Amino acid sequence: MTNPAIEATGLTKAYGDLPVLAGVDLRVEPGTVFALLGPNGAGKTTTVRILATLAEPDSGQATVAGFDVVRQRRQVRRAISLTGQHAALDEPLTGQENLWLMGRLAGLSRQQARSRAAELLAEFDLTEAGTRRVSTYSGGMRRRLDLAAGLVGHPSVIFLDEPTTGLDPRSRQAMWQVITGLVGTGVTVFLTTQYLEEADQLADRIAVVDAGHVVAEGTPAQLKGQVAGRRLDITLVDHRTFAEVSAYLGDRAVHRDPERDTVGVPTDGSAAHLRAVLDEVDPRRDAVLRVEGHDTTLDDVFLALTGHRADPTTAKEQVHV
Amino acid sequence: MSELTLPTSVPTTVFGDALTMVGRTLRLSRRNLDALLTSLMLPVMLMVLFVYLFGGAIRTGGEYVTYVVPGVLLLCAGYGSSLTAVSVCVDMTGGIIDRFRSMDVGAASVLTGHVVASTVRNIASTVVVFGVAFLIGFRPHATPIGWLAAAGVLLLFIVALSWLSAAIGLLVSSPEAASGFTFFIMFVPYPSSAFVPVATMPSWIRGFAGHQPITEVVETLRGLLLGTPLGDHACLALAWSGGILVASIAVAGWLFGRRTH
Repeated sequence: MTNPAIEATGLTKAYGDLPVLAGVDLRVEPGTVFALLGPNGAGKTTTVRILATLAEPDSGQATVAGFDVVRQRRQVRRAISLTGQHAALDEPLTGQENLWLMGRLAGLSRQQARSRAAELLAEFDLTEAGTRRVSTYSGGMRRRLDLAAGLVGHPSVIFLDEPTTGLDPRSRQAMWQVITGLVGTGVTVFLTTQYLEEADQLADRIAVVDAGHVVAEGTPAQLKGQVAGRRLDITLVDHRTFAEVSAYLGDRAVHRDPERDTVGVPTDGSAAHLRAVLDEVDPRRDAVLRVEGHDTTLDDVFLALTGHRADPTTAKEQVHV
Repeated sequence: MSELTLPTSVPTTVFGDALTMVGRTLRLSRRNLDALLTSLMLPVMLMVLFVYLFGGAIRTGGEYVTYVVPGVLLLCAGYGSSLTAVSVCVDMTGGIIDRFRSMDVGAASVLTGHVVASTVRNIASTVVVFGVAFLIGFRPHATPIGWLAAAGVLLLFIVALSWLSAAIGLLVSSPEAASGFTFFIMFVPYPSSAFVPVATMPSWIRGFAGHQPITEVVETLRGLLLGTPLGDHACLALAWSGGILVASIAVAGWLFGRRTH
């Protein structure tokens, strides 16, 4: 049994009267990717800030790389890097200069900092852009540079707080490749995300958080066992048929939209399953107007795991200064 | 999971980090050429404006350029130092402060970096203002000791104002608000003896204008460079600058701790 790279027990934190974490337990094995999945305001950022020593828990304890995040802050900080939601870059400086600066702060000599910068620029496909100011970079390039800046000091535990939020699909793909590439080097990656697909793609284990609690934890396959990977939306010909089919399906319907006369059921996406479902709900072939496949959304996971929707409008993301 | 880096002693790390941060801030200043030029051009233009446009109408008992240069130096130093508020605020409100803290780069290194860089910038712009002042007829007659003492007084004033600005940068919530402080600092020298003698002002403001820190520092510079009576101006100037310096460092340290918790 190896020592965990990250271990937290009973973490709580409140900002004023607002409880953000209500007893979070986590265990992350070294050399793995762990995803904290949840909507805005679930407590993801607060968890990361506590583990990265930027905030203190009200109660509970946590170790990172074997060190206590409150009592052995300095040792933790030497072992980790944090890439937050806001880019930690100096816009007027070039990519190279940003990395050089981080290298110096990480304790490298001038020469070491220079070669480490060149190395990381090459690794993150930024060599050409390295001599340009960051203010000219695209969103995706910024994120890559920001991530690279966190790696300068060879951290053993890497925290990524919503690494792809706000990126277009192509940049997101590129970022995923970069993160996947990190894993081979033996580091532990702890990331937060609002996207089920992202957690599924990247993580060895996922913890789903809701209102400061971990509501489910397991491998992506285990979690998806509880929620199907895809959803089949069936639009009925009229409202009366919708009501009938909806009542017939009962608990099997994971999605209901009365305005569009649509019900959603879990599916594996195969043609066989599609035929079977349609034959079942529409044996006379006159009730279904059209069908549409959907990737399971965070909402579906939440509905299945917590019985309520992940509604970002009722939960406020904690603003940190 | 063992520590790979050799433990370095804390003071060495803080000193090295602070030096790196000074280099960073200076590099950022050089990239922000607009702001750098403004902080240079503004005092020079004001000096030219005062000497050639207003100077004819202002009676100070001697060449007006001689009277006004110490005031312009303070205006320049004040404005240049106050830009620190903006750069500190930009650091605090962006993501970079979290990165620094997670790398164990603390308040001492971050703020010292800004203040030292601000001081270096201001020394450079002070030299330029002096140069232009010479060109338009400023002729001080000071002993080498007087020069040195004047430089020391000005340096202490710059460092004190830079720390005050750093504290303001930690206090306000946006860079826009921080830049409001630079305007405030620009106006402080007007109700003082920097540009016109206090005796010519309305009586209700003389109490403030005659005793505010700018007046004490200006009169000290005049005494040291031009031989006007020093009186207790030098002591008061040092007390003001030293007081502002100590209070600002304390407040900045406290604000930094509060904001990063």
